[in-house]
Amino acid sequence: MDSLSTPLSKVKGLGSAKEGTTHFWHQRLTALILIPLVLWFGFSIASMPVEHATLTGWVQQPAVAIALILLILSTFYHAQLGLQIVIEDYVSTHSTRTASIILSNFLCLLFAIIGVVAVLKISLGS
Amino acid sequence: MTPHSKQPLSPHLQIYRLPLSAILSITHRATGVILALGAMMLVLILSTAANSPETYATTHQQLDTWYGQIFLLGLTFSLYLHFCNGIRHLFWDVGLGFDLDTVDKSAKLAIFVSIVFTVATWWVATRMAG
Repeated sequence: MDSLSTPLSKVKGLGSAKEGTTHFWHQRLTALILIPLVLWFGFSIASMPVEHATLTGWVQQPAVAIALILLILSTFYHAQLGLQIVIEDYVSTHSTRTASIILSNFLCLLFAIIGVVAVLKISLGS
Repeated sequence: MTPHSKQPLSPHLQIYRLPLSAILSITHRATGVILALGAMMLVLILSTAANSPETYATTHQQLDTWYGQIFLLGLTFSLYLHFCNGIRHLFWDVGLGFDLDTVDKSAKLAIFVSIVFTVATWWVATRMAG
């Protein structure tokens, strides 16, 4: 016997984290969707005056609100995946590392929710 | 040392001159962390705008100062550098552009394009403000 792992776990190929290539794959998927979103966002935000009324008027367009929510969700998911790698590489103490990843994941989730709620509040005009 | 002198050295970070690609690699991480903060900044802008014109004005005032502008300029450049270098990584992920010459050229191209995009974005933005 060459290995202690069972044939079933070899076939599943998910490794010790039981996630396989999910982290890697989702990082790439969010990167792909962010390509058009970032170009659109960068040049839209640059090409409008920075007054409150202009910004809210822009966010109130349904297509803009949808794209912004998509941008916020993919950005924070992409950020969460990337920050986890950075923490795993540079924080060597196991407990501090786990705590940092939990904190970073929580902050990404929190800011994503605040962002989505803000866009919805502006676009639904309350 | 003579028998070993032709052998490649392990990259000891204190004495080894990093190639451009390696500098871009660590910059990709740094800009990634900066952009995570930038994304939080965007959420702050959106949530103050959702709150009231007055709270939005406070955010706007802070971003309109010299340090706010430097922050936004750095954020714009970070965004486009991470964007261009990220596309470079996506090409590598599908197995393209691995020979050293291409790696060096794509590194220079990524830096060049991100500077052009930063200048273009700020040119448009200052025209709108002025």
